[in-house]
Amino acid sequence: MSAVRKEDSMLLQKQMMSDHYDRLASAHDEGRKVVYTFVPGNLNELVRSFGLLPVLPEINALQSGLRKKSGEYIAEAEKNGHSEDVCTYVKCDIGMLKKGNIGPTGTQLPKPDLLLLSYTGCFTFLKWFELLREEYGDVPVAMLHVPYQANGRIEPHQRDYVVQQMRTEVIPKLEQVSGRAYDEDRLREMLRLSARAEDDLVWTLESAKRTPSPIDAYFGGVHYIGPIFSAFRGTQGAVDYYTALRAEVQERLDAGQGPVTPEGPMGTEKYRLVVEGPPNWTSFREFWKMFYDEGAVFVASTYTKVGGLYDRGFRHDPDHPLETLADYCLGCYTNLGLPTRVDLLEQYINDYNADGFLVNSVKSCNSFSVGQLMMLRQLEERTGVPGVFIENDLVDPRYFSAANIKNRIESYLQMLDQKRGKAA
Amino acid sequence: MIDVFVGIDLGSTTTKAVVLDNDGNVIGRGITNSRSNYDVAALIVREEAFVRTRFTLVERSIGVDAGVISALERNLKLQQHLELLARLQEAMSMLAAGPKHRGHAGDLKTRLDEIAAGMEPLARQHFAAGATRRSDFFRDLAAADYMHLAEQLADPKHIAFDVLCGVFDAAILAVENLPVEHAFERHIGAALEATLAEHPDCDADGLRRAVEEARGEELVELETVGTGYGRARLPFPKEQIRSEILCHGLGAHAMFPETRTVLDIGGQDTKAIQVDASGIVTSFQMNDRCAAGCGRYLGYIADEMNLALHELGPLAQESRTRVKINSTCTVFAGAELRERLSLGQKREDILSGLHRAIILRAMSLLARSGGINDQLTFTGGVARNPAAVAALRDLVGENYGARTINTSPDSIYTGSLGAALFALRAAERKAA
Amino acid sequence: MDVQRGAGDVVTLDDLMTQARSLSEDIDFTAVTQWKARAEGRKAIGHMPTYVPRELIHASGMLSVGITGGGDRLEIIRGDAYFQSYICRIPRSTIELALSHRLDVLDGMLFPSICDVIRNLSGMWSMIFPDRYVHYVDVPQNFDVAVGGKFWRRELETLRTDFARLSGVAIDDDALRASIAVYNENRHVIRDLYRARSERPWIFPMSEVYYILRAGNVLPPEEHTAMLREYLVLAPGESDRRDQDRSRVVLAGMFCEQPPHGLVLTLERAGCYVVDDDFLLGLRWLQDDVTTTGDPLDALVDAYLNHSAMSASRYAPDGDRGRWLIDSVARNRAEGVIFAAPSFCDPALLDQPMLVTALDRKGIPHTEFKYAEDTGQFAVIREQAGTFSDSIRLWSEA
Repeated sequence: MSAVRKEDSMLLQKQMMSDHYDRLASAHDEGRKVVYTFVPGNLNELVRSFGLLPVLPEINALQSGLRKKSGEYIAEAEKNGHSEDVCTYVKCDIGMLKKGNIGPTGTQLPKPDLLLLSYTGCFTFLKWFELLREEYGDVPVAMLHVPYQANGRIEPHQRDYVVQQMRTEVIPKLEQVSGRAYDEDRLREMLRLSARAEDDLVWTLESAKRTPSPIDAYFGGVHYIGPIFSAFRGTQGAVDYYTALRAEVQERLDAGQGPVTPEGPMGTEKYRLVVEGPPNWTSFREFWKMFYDEGAVFVASTYTKVGGLYDRGFRHDPDHPLETLADYCLGCYTNLGLPTRVDLLEQYINDYNADGFLVNSVKSCNSFSVGQLMMLRQLEERTGVPGVFIENDLVDPRYFSAANIKNRIESYLQMLDQKRGKAA
Repeated sequence: MIDVFVGIDLGSTTTKAVVLDNDGNVIGRGITNSRSNYDVAALIVREEAFVRTRFTLVERSIGVDAGVISALERNLKLQQHLELLARLQEAMSMLAAGPKHRGHAGDLKTRLDEIAAGMEPLARQHFAAGATRRSDFFRDLAAADYMHLAEQLADPKHIAFDVLCGVFDAAILAVENLPVEHAFERHIGAALEATLAEHPDCDADGLRRAVEEARGEELVELETVGTGYGRARLPFPKEQIRSEILCHGLGAHAMFPETRTVLDIGGQDTKAIQVDASGIVTSFQMNDRCAAGCGRYLGYIADEMNLALHELGPLAQESRTRVKINSTCTVFAGAELRERLSLGQKREDILSGLHRAIILRAMSLLARSGGINDQLTFTGGVARNPAAVAALRDLVGENYGARTINTSPDSIYTGSLGAALFALRAAERKAA
Repeated sequence: MDVQRGAGDVVTLDDLMTQARSLSEDIDFTAVTQWKARAEGRKAIGHMPTYVPRELIHASGMLSVGITGGGDRLEIIRGDAYFQSYICRIPRSTIELALSHRLDVLDGMLFPSICDVIRNLSGMWSMIFPDRYVHYVDVPQNFDVAVGGKFWRRELETLRTDFARLSGVAIDDDALRASIAVYNENRHVIRDLYRARSERPWIFPMSEVYYILRAGNVLPPEEHTAMLREYLVLAPGESDRRDQDRSRVVLAGMFCEQPPHGLVLTLERAGCYVVDDDFLLGLRWLQDDVTTTGDPLDALVDAYLNHSAMSASRYAPDGDRGRWLIDSVARNRAEGVIFAAPSFCDPALLDQPMLVTALDRKGIPHTEFKYAEDTGQFAVIREQAGTFSDSIRLWSEA
């Protein structure tokens, strides 16, 4: 029964994605306009309130990774002069563009009518859209500079700065592209829908506090955040998805069941882990298998917070539409200073009763990666819980060394065993 | 009948085995070069360790008489070597008769027989009393002898040197991948007679009796644990496989019980491991994807300088003014070295800088794993390099103050020792 | 040729270069220690490359110290433990400097928003040194005075308050205007030097300019200005400096992690005159004089928004990413561009394809290679730069 219901939410999401890409493919023919923007701190409700359709290049890149196309795309970008050293999401996106811009569901992606450069927590975003601006010629860009939360708290003048940019830069350009006026009531309505979906997402993520955890908050978690971090926040579709997801998880919880893996329900939960850093997409299943085969389940993850720390209380607030969007942008995980990130991970390790934690350090993402070795030591010292460090990449298959990674994970889990005195 | 517990460490360069008795004493050890067929490597190394185990039994029965026992071992090695030599000749003959050499099969066979005939006396020289060998691996000794003879006997008009090399390369692969069994039982007779001839004054009857007992003893392999780089390919069930991190930690603890940190620099990777008072691993770090600064790097440098690996350290120690080396990238090692030499920098000074650079990389892994708070045990192939040990002592002293640094000539067996200890514990747990 | 310095103190070019070189290579920051010792209670604030408002530091009586990594002389013992192999060199050598107590002389540290690496380094710094002043300087990427300007003014006010607290000296408007004037003069002389070098690069070789500029990391601006002036007088006095008809190139990509001096020397030996560069760009980030009348914070805001250097880490609102480079090539009559970027430098390497496209459109030749601050081997670079230099001369003769 639960396996069937699991399929329900998966299928639902798949259908949402497929419908979205279909709409994108025919958007220009039907006179609809398209806005490219980034996942962290995205202004999805605002974009959609103008009747515009969002395209998220990071999602395209990770989908290319899952579909084993990224290696070819990256090679194409490098052939065109992009350095081997830099972010592979960017190169994957540029390579896909050079090879005809066919999206993850096999349909053509439309050219952007606006590049909404929400510069949140990642310097590379800025270069990425500058590069796309060059590729697409005369596309307008709306720049939204979101100040960094070095001290982990939002200063009023930072919020003001973001709101002001929305009023003077983002909204005018959205109006111009859409030909519609800013409609705050519509925006409020969407924000109300966002908050409803957000409640259910938080409930789902926090279900992992139970033992055994009914979900894998990393490998499963990346699916659960899909609709809300991308094109669907603020829609009834997202609300319905999270209602369905919650029901499924509730059922597993009631039955005392663990997560469902690609090979069926997971065996006995042996290790509860917290994870810092994005996953690898090119060998997603192989990577996951290294854990579920050993009975290791992820109970909390920071990657699932790049689109907002809802579990720390943030909800989109329809009563203060632009201010709440500003707070959302400012509060994304990668926009937080390192000390705040360490505090958060420490709380996760304690709150979720973890046996250990993984730092999955990806070459592509300096925003995540720089400082992770220090975070590892700090967390070990503060919690007494041992961590393990793995080097990986997002979508560059050259950088996923299965033998090396498996060796570390095995060694680590055996170490946890040994420490618990379970084995010799 | 005695119970034994075996640990096998399948490394990227060499495969090692350790045999323990019921009390955890090391009674046998073996080492062989790792080869494409991991099953065979594991079988061969186990056999080597069992041979040594039987020598331990001889020692236990007659008391340790280093001269006689080592002569006995040496003579047994000669017998093993001659056996492999015969197999080599057979394999070469088959290759010579194959389709590849149809045009010159007769000539080739003659040359090969001449070479093989020349190799036997050379083999006897290698294992003569007082002789030193540059390697204990059949592959290394046979290759050197073969090439030496082939150079003399090759004839560009009929059978060229590269043809001879090709035959050897194919034949040695075949020979290496054939398992050897019961080496002690089959060869000890001949070895004993040779030894008695060398040592006419020894207690021949006592030795014969001890050898017969050792030959007849049944070794019951109660538990075996595999570890190392290639452990996943060992033909063992999963519960008999342990990570090399855990095995290194436990093995180092067994050798030096006060060890709290282990540094292992092997051919392909570097590991920094923290262990608690009972040898349980509490944290570890390995080098990242890039293999810069591992043992393989020194191998490239040795090739580039036309030196044997073991000559690098002593040469580096002759340096008076160390060159600062910033990169230990394996890919660029050759080019960088040539440029430095062309700038007139001295080999020993460059080598001194290289050794420090390698240890600097290790220092960062040590720091990542939690630093050095007590005794440090340095293991792996690079730990046998005196310049690397000296650089480690310097840098540990500079950064952590006075710390005991343990090294052992047996440190190459650390992982297999740990694995054997896990085997022993598994047996104890089952018995309990 | 020599210049008179003070009472009877005669200085030759050799003396000056020795001084500049030792200042720029001193990884122990002796000059800063000495400066602090000269009066009671003096303080110094370090900052990473690119722009920080040094005028505010100066106005509070503190010394601003440019930290540009450890170069090729520092052995990295602890720094590598903090960074994966795919991160550039400058954060590891900077951490090394700090952990080896070489930066104990600093009373605070500023991290400008140049990239994610330097940004996260600010957080690492505050965890390693919880008792020291650390500030992430988030420069605006919105260039509207009412929006980005307002935000930036607020950031400057924070710094003004912080520096006053650190130094114990309230920064009044007059003091700040005076400091602005001091830095205007410094930037003015640097512009003079760049202009002079562009006209006669054989008189002002990059291998010297490198040291003269880098000395500005640790000298008070007044002293650095004096040094620049002396250099402008002394270098033309060297009788053996003649035009050797080398190819004129612009160097791009070196605005953060600095190249080793040997690399610059290699380029010159390979037949290049460097006629413009983005080396130590922070020293001349503001490209025109900052107004010394009216509200000084407004003046700094205006200068940042409207008169800044273009750099990879700055958003280009008008979309013309390569224009500054094309302009530089034209203004300096350069024959080609050499992209020399640090390995793993995201801003420089992500920028490069756009700059390359811009150059290609104009038919301007270019070549590219990567370096690290501790690169010790230049054989490949010598070969590549030599070939490039030869080919562009052939090309311009054809």
